[in-house]
Amino acid sequence: MTETDTPVTAEATRAGVEVRLEGLRRQYGAVTALDGLDLTIKPGEFIALLGPSGCGKTTALRLLAGLEDADGGRVMVGDKDVTRLPTNKRDMGMVFQAYSLFPHMTARQNVAFGLRLRKIGETERNRRAGEMLELVGLSAQADRYAHQMSGGQQQRVALARALAIRPTVLLLDEPLSALDAKVRATLRDEIRRVQLEVGITTLFVTHDQEEALAVADRVGVMNAGRLEQLGPPTEVYSRPATPFVAQFVGLSNRIPATVNGSTADVLGAAVPVIPSSVDSGEGFALVRPEAVDLLPVTDGATGPLVGQVIATSFLGAVSRITVDLGPAGLVLAQMPTSQAGGFGSGSVARVTFRPDPVLVVKG
Amino acid sequence: MAAVTTELTTAPPKNQGARARSALRFRIGRAVLLVLFALFFAVPLLALIEFSTRSNDLTGPRTLEYWRYIGQDPEIRTALRDSVLLALITSVVALALLLPTMVWVRLRLPKLHRVVEFLCLLPLTIPALVLVVGWAPIYLWIAYFTPAQFDSSPVVLAFAYVILVMPYMYRSLDAGLSSIDVRTLAEAARSLGAGWFTVMARVIMPNMLSAVLNAALLSVALVLGEFTVASLLNYDNLQVVMNNVAQISSGVTVALAAASLMFVFVLLFALSFVGRRRPARVIAEEK
Repeated sequence: MTETDTPVTAEATRAGVEVRLEGLRRQYGAVTALDGLDLTIKPGEFIALLGPSGCGKTTALRLLAGLEDADGGRVMVGDKDVTRLPTNKRDMGMVFQAYSLFPHMTARQNVAFGLRLRKIGETERNRRAGEMLELVGLSAQADRYAHQMSGGQQQRVALARALAIRPTVLLLDEPLSALDAKVRATLRDEIRRVQLEVGITTLFVTHDQEEALAVADRVGVMNAGRLEQLGPPTEVYSRPATPFVAQFVGLSNRIPATVNGSTADVLGAAVPVIPSSVDSGEGFALVRPEAVDLLPVTDGATGPLVGQVIATSFLGAVSRITVDLGPAGLVLAQMPTSQAGGFGSGSVARVTFRPDPVLVVKG
Repeated sequence: MAAVTTELTTAPPKNQGARARSALRFRIGRAVLLVLFALFFAVPLLALIEFSTRSNDLTGPRTLEYWRYIGQDPEIRTALRDSVLLALITSVVALALLLPTMVWVRLRLPKLHRVVEFLCLLPLTIPALVLVVGWAPIYLWIAYFTPAQFDSSPVVLAFAYVILVMPYMYRSLDAGLSSIDVRTLAEAARSLGAGWFTVMARVIMPNMLSAVLNAALLSVALVLGEFTVASLLNYDNLQVVMNNVAQISSGVTVALAAASLMFVFVLLFALSFVGRRRPARVIAEEK
């Protein structure tokens, strides 16, 4: 902490450090929270760990923070092994799900707390705390106590506090979960903006797929203590590696299909398949609702892809329409609301699939 | 619907009258109860002061002789000093023992919560007489190892008193710890670079100041009023000396009792102002 007078703007050019989790294991009694997790976060990268509760994502973050001890494996920051280092020596900024501001301190004092522990003089401390509060847009609230601020403001102060110590890694443990929907979206984008500005290596843990897909450079989907897939948001969404990912991220229709080489026969329609699908034979194609189109049927035509609309739900810009295909089950289609008008309940529609590759899994 | 509307429009005056009457009745009842309880507490106290300022009986001339005697008698002064010292040592040692233990149990050993609670509340269920039977042999050894110039000083009772105040202290601290998110605050402070001592001193303590003071006050009050253990172990603390003086002069005893009661009242009164310095709660709007 000798470069105390480096202005914040200069930090944007500072490259983050690489973080490697190697074969991390953690056991709670009979429950395996982490089952050999390997994850490399590139310098300055923003990775979101996504998964249902109990999948081990929070455990992974807490092991990286040093708040829990690993039963096996290593945590590497840069080329340093920090596996046995206590939390307060790891130099990691952290934002928690629960409101974590110290209630007896003002916003400014909260942000300056870490600097005070690093024996930085009062003037310098206050200047840097002021800069950090400005970075999160809360200069006007600097002298307020936590109970005088809204939840979103408290989390922004917590972010400023975490960044004030110029940590090597930023850890975000579901920081948006306690907030309401509108504030959540704003703060989510703000976190990303600040992260890009500071250029810090970041691990973000969430159970909300929208959050993860919106801000991360790469998304890691976890299940039962293992990483199911790690990739850019678009890849995780459109080319799920496993049935779990396909079903957890976004909505999917399960439609009977037969794989034949690189295409699948989905109720008579030919659709390309993702390489990780079953090689051949019967299975279920996992088709996104937005890859399903509907055509109005007025001539009384029939077939496996023709069915009756049984429900429509209006979601604002888009609408979802449920079509009953009889023996093949229900299919959900999503389309712009402007095009959904012709498919009221009881009308008959023909289902078509866009030529996006789909994942076919064993039944 | 029409019936409902008429009832709604005609009802309020009748309702308001009834409500005002019941509110008045409630206020009167409350005032009567308050006066009764105030008398219940004030009469004995005033009687103490009245009695301690009369020379021989209730018709005798006023005098402050008994009160002056408190400051003059060396035995009383020593006992007073020792008891105050004992109260201080007991509160500090019990706090230093309990607070870190309870925080640690909350953070790292939540399964032990019940065990620690049981252990801390245990002294409450064992009569002082029974405790003394167990402590007597230990205090023989303590007396044996006490340096000669402190011989028979009641300050060594601190060992016993730390145990006696535990249940009260535990309850108060437990309430204080429950009112803050100890785990998150500690983890936040740790991630910012704070060691365990800093976490305790700069984060946990300031946020449960009133609970800590409460706990300290309870143990001060308990130690200043303790008689059984001191008497049975043959140490002269304030209450034991008061009892001895009563054999000679009841006036001095009464004055002493009034003084120690008022001392605790002042402490309690002062405490009710601590922890209220925060500005009023304001809910800010999200911009």
